[in-house]
Amino acid sequence: MSNLTINTKDQFEFTFSKEAEKEIILILKKYPPKRKASAVMPLLDLAQREAGGWLPITALEAVAQKVGLAYMRVLEIASFYTMYNLNPVGKWHLQICGTTPCWLRGSDDILKAIYDTLQIKPNETSKNGDFTLTPVECLGACVNAPILQVNDDFYEDLDYDTTKKLIESLKKGTKPNVGSTKNRKSDPENGATVLLSIKGKKNA
Amino acid sequence: MLKDKDRIFTNIYGWHGSDLKSAQSRGDWQGTKEVIKLGHDKIIEIIKDSGLRGRGGAGFPSGLKWSFMPKEVKDRPHYLVVNADESEPGTCKDRDIIRHEPHKLIEGCLLAGFAMRAHCAYIYIRGEFYNEAFILQKAIDEAYDKKLLGNNACGSGWKFDVFLHRGAGAYICGEETALLESLEGKKGQPRLKPPFPAGVGLYGCPTTVNNVETIAVSPTILKRGAKWFASLGRENNTGSKLFCISGHVNQPCNVEEEMGISLRDLIEKHAGGVKGGWNNLLAVIPGGSSTPLLTKNICDTILMDFDSLKNAGSGLGTAGVIVMDKSTDVINAITKLSHFYKHESCGQCTPCREGTGWMWRMMERLVTGNAEIEEIDVLLEVTKQVEGHTICALGDAAAWPIQGLIKNFRPLIEERINDFNTKSTKAAE
Amino acid sequence: MIKLTVDDKEIEVEEGCTVLQACEMAGVEIPRFCYHDRLSIAGNCRMCLVEVKPGPPKPQASCALPATNGQIISTNSKMVRDARKGVMEFLLINHPLDCPICDQGGECDLQDQAMSFGSDKTRFLENKRAVEEKSMGPLIKTNMTRCIHCTRCVRFSTEVAGVNDLGALGRGESMEITTYLEKSIDSELSACVIDLCPVGALTSKPYAFNARPWELSHTETVDVMDAIGSNIRVDTKGNQVLRVLPRLNEDINEEWISDKTRYAIDGLKNQRLDKPYVRNENGSLEEADWDTAFNKIKDNIDKIKPNEIACLLGDLVDVEAAYVAKVLFQKLNVDNIDCRIDGAEIGEHGRAGYIFNSQINGIDEADALLIFGSNPRLEAPVLNARIRKRYLQGNFPISLIGENNNLTYPVNYLGSKSIDIEKLRDKKNIVYKTLMDAERPMIIVGMGALTDDSSQALFYELRELAEVFGVIKKDWNGFNVLHTSAGRTGALDVGCLPSKKGLSAKQIFSESENSSLSFIWLIGVDNKEVLNLKKPFVVYQGHHGDVGAHVADVILPGAAYTEKNCTYVNTEGRPQLLKQAVFPPGEAKEDWKILRAFSDYVNCKLPFDSLDTLREKIYSDFPHFEDTDIIKKSKLSKFGRKGKINDFEMKSPITNFYKTCSISRASETMSLCNEKLNGKIAAE
Repeated sequence: MSNLTINTKDQFEFTFSKEAEKEIILILKKYPPKRKASAVMPLLDLAQREAGGWLPITALEAVAQKVGLAYMRVLEIASFYTMYNLNPVGKWHLQICGTTPCWLRGSDDILKAIYDTLQIKPNETSKNGDFTLTPVECLGACVNAPILQVNDDFYEDLDYDTTKKLIESLKKGTKPNVGSTKNRKSDPENGATVLLSIKGKKNA
Repeated sequence: MLKDKDRIFTNIYGWHGSDLKSAQSRGDWQGTKEVIKLGHDKIIEIIKDSGLRGRGGAGFPSGLKWSFMPKEVKDRPHYLVVNADESEPGTCKDRDIIRHEPHKLIEGCLLAGFAMRAHCAYIYIRGEFYNEAFILQKAIDEAYDKKLLGNNACGSGWKFDVFLHRGAGAYICGEETALLESLEGKKGQPRLKPPFPAGVGLYGCPTTVNNVETIAVSPTILKRGAKWFASLGRENNTGSKLFCISGHVNQPCNVEEEMGISLRDLIEKHAGGVKGGWNNLLAVIPGGSSTPLLTKNICDTILMDFDSLKNAGSGLGTAGVIVMDKSTDVINAITKLSHFYKHESCGQCTPCREGTGWMWRMMERLVTGNAEIEEIDVLLEVTKQVEGHTICALGDAAAWPIQGLIKNFRPLIEERINDFNTKSTKAAE
Repeated sequence: MIKLTVDDKEIEVEEGCTVLQACEMAGVEIPRFCYHDRLSIAGNCRMCLVEVKPGPPKPQASCALPATNGQIISTNSKMVRDARKGVMEFLLINHPLDCPICDQGGECDLQDQAMSFGSDKTRFLENKRAVEEKSMGPLIKTNMTRCIHCTRCVRFSTEVAGVNDLGALGRGESMEITTYLEKSIDSELSACVIDLCPVGALTSKPYAFNARPWELSHTETVDVMDAIGSNIRVDTKGNQVLRVLPRLNEDINEEWISDKTRYAIDGLKNQRLDKPYVRNENGSLEEADWDTAFNKIKDNIDKIKPNEIACLLGDLVDVEAAYVAKVLFQKLNVDNIDCRIDGAEIGEHGRAGYIFNSQINGIDEADALLIFGSNPRLEAPVLNARIRKRYLQGNFPISLIGENNNLTYPVNYLGSKSIDIEKLRDKKNIVYKTLMDAERPMIIVGMGALTDDSSQALFYELRELAEVFGVIKKDWNGFNVLHTSAGRTGALDVGCLPSKKGLSAKQIFSESENSSLSFIWLIGVDNKEVLNLKKPFVVYQGHHGDVGAHVADVILPGAAYTEKNCTYVNTEGRPQLLKQAVFPPGEAKEDWKILRAFSDYVNCKLPFDSLDTLREKIYSDFPHFEDTDIIKKSKLSKFGRKGKINDFEMKSPITNFYKTCSISRASETMSLCNEKLNGKIAAE
């Protein structure tokens, strides 16, 4: 749903690659034979990956043909779910969560860090086209807030400085380790309070 | 405080492997066949006796829900659908189950699916959990490899398949019928009820939709017995529960605790306390974004379970505890939630489609104070016009946080409006 | 039966009823926007909320709630009033309230219900939502800011029209209704969404800003754009037909009409024949008075023998004109009279051999269908929607021999050729099985099968097969002929066929150069074969300067269907009365009156001077016309002739839906539709 205007200028011919075709066969097997339509979401995701991070109309129509849905139905679906991009996005798609739990822990600082390093605001793409910043709602990792999703990966427990570092690194084309900057999962930063008795040794 | 021996999720922090072997060493997939031998109805009975209530937010008794499925499979197959579309702000417990304890979930699928005479489960995981889905799929593949799933799951003679389906960014798909629509390859718009999923669900077949945590705790309950689970927590609010503590605490974390633990204990013992100390506490949203906030005086004594929180005018919801200290602009905090609901409204029915946008815009003005005092009541009325008039519960969820704010912080809102109006009058002079 | 209470009134309703329907039966009107009898239930507008006990302590959407025993429904409690007021406020906050410049004004559900449930002031201080207009083709004007997202249009196009061109993009408050990439809706019924739209989001483009509803006069009449005789209301202002709307008739068109029915009316203003014309020595047509024109004809007739004379009746000829023509030419001893200008080989063996015996609503009861030589989607779109409706209910296998186009439902396709009829006798074929297994099988045979020289043999074989499959039984006759012209059944009913010695239309067109014919009277005949008539003296009587007028030596201006009181018989054999909505232009007259006036010139004065006396005469000769709207059941006799079936492609006579008669060919709106939708075909 990122943008309701249908992109017409960047369209290109789209066909699934051979690997994707194999994948499609596996995906379709998950659903009853008469319920191919169920595969529309995984196929849109696959098509988006194949098309370079967004869904041109040509890709929507290719998916529609695969799952036996009308073009309009597939366009409706693609415009309903936020993860389908109907317009091109940068190589690094930054998705910043600004919902309350992230905001309470400083998501505004993350926005500022991104602006300071890339000079882009929400819904903008950097001049060189490498970075697109999309504001998103709760990413579901609230105890590791604030969070920035870069393409498929979550970067957690960020602050102004760590975000800056992250962006600088991406700019150079290297992706830092995914996850928390504080080397933790959902356990308390200064050490867990529970489960210590169970063969408890935390992987350092 | 819950003892470690009573914890279900012993790898919730991912200190150990999520692979099958590690999981088995923690007790997963042990005695599964024996549980199946108990038979469909016995399993449901144990779950009923355990007092387990749905962990997805509504707290509906799980055994009862399972028992709604037809007792006989006729021309339509039965389906179990697991709701892993965890998107309620403040909630991130299912993510940890999926990435650190995937086998608990998969084993739960088999047992719950068997109980309700289903041969197939779909796990609908939110699209953003890309890496989590990867881990879960790997776990499913392992289970198939070791014949724990498939034509003769665990050697029980029961055919059982588990499929993973990724969402693509829509909170509303956490609503069970919207989830089914989405799984069928449509827009995630909630269905009208009746009919309920147990009668007409996925592909028009009898279906039960359960939260990840509900399904993932069920194998342990079935193995350790209803009594054990019922001995934890309080009456009607039994067992243990994963809590997520986020916001202004020193150590945000997830933790499995006994139902009915006091909020203060939860925050102070596990989350390192409120930033600046307990007295610096302003308010807590106790159960995910849709539950009305609680002010400090209530937080001092409140117990974290379904009934206590309901009696306090809020709810346990998903047990996503969002803590706000005194530095918080609480109006803005709630405004962010209003924006969330506006953004996530499916747009199908009138009160939600129009009301969520209106409420958010009014809230935005209340943040700066650019409003008239009377508008607070207008806003309150609008929330009431949305609440109870929509197809699904998203309308209610959008209304409650604002109602909670106005109930507890009306003087603050008024003060801000007065300040704004004084300033603009001065500026005009 | 279910007993429940609505506002203290106890009623009984049938099982499967919704609470909304129960309330209506109790005489309580429930406001609604999204709910529509003929569409699936969406339950999204939330206007129809009522209080139901027992039930949750909140109002329920009555449109989606099944009625159950013992329910106590309140439709006017405080809870309900507040709920409706609240929903109405939500509907209005982002609605532009531009009623003064909205074409829906005066017939707008939102406007009407706002009067009952709306507030006279707004509490909404934010900016209103504005939505860009969507392009939906030449018929539908959009103003999507007014849209209240009831999704009736989406449901109509998906469910009834069977095309997936409309949808709702985005979500939440940014949800927008649009067509796929803003193309036109590829359906012959597309403009029905205008009727369905409860607000002014979708309005009629050709009618835009033409009139206010309260300025219009309404005439309840019947359509002639195809052979099913859809019931319509013609709205006029002064002497102008401004719009056509459907009229409810469950047996025929339910509440739908085709785009041609609705929009060909601008053709009534163009290329009209409004004066008599006579061809002069230079070969050009020149205005004349009636007397001159009639004398010119008389001079030509007087010179020749009756077997040199022919009379052909076109597709839009009404029963009265057909009857008078038949009587007149009979009196002139003319054998060569025919209404089957497309060369159809029908009408010689009893009425059941040329009507839609099961009736249109028989489709609802049928449980298998064979379509033979017809493309119902183009030939009768509303009937096609009925087939689709039946298909959606399930257990209705449909087979097709004929043009294989998208009929909006799947078919078992056996081929497009006449000789593919052999496959119907193949016991291994799935089609054989579906028809044999059916209790009420139906055959629809179209003109595509019936215009070949061997069609009699084909028809015979089809009749035989009907026996094999049990299409004709004691209480079921599923043998149906689908006509494409509105006047055909009526003309056949009054016997406008050549006598044994006479020439058929097909022979006249193919042999006019070599035959002895030297005089042909065309009544509304405008098919292109007319251009073959180079030798004979041609009289063209009709309303449009189309093909027939082109070759005419004398032109007599007639009245079009909105301009006369007359009778048409639809393909079912149902006589229906058309009512005059406006006056014919200039000196144009009803066709029967022209023939009656001319009869004086050839000394065979016809004995009727008024419509009443004429109808009395018709009713005494053909009693079934007297019972208008009722179909006389006809016994199925044998028909067709045993013989060899030629191998030919059974093509539908309709190649271009938007241009099928002189009126639609003169319509600019139909031309626009043609360009938009058939552009692709034309380019190929």
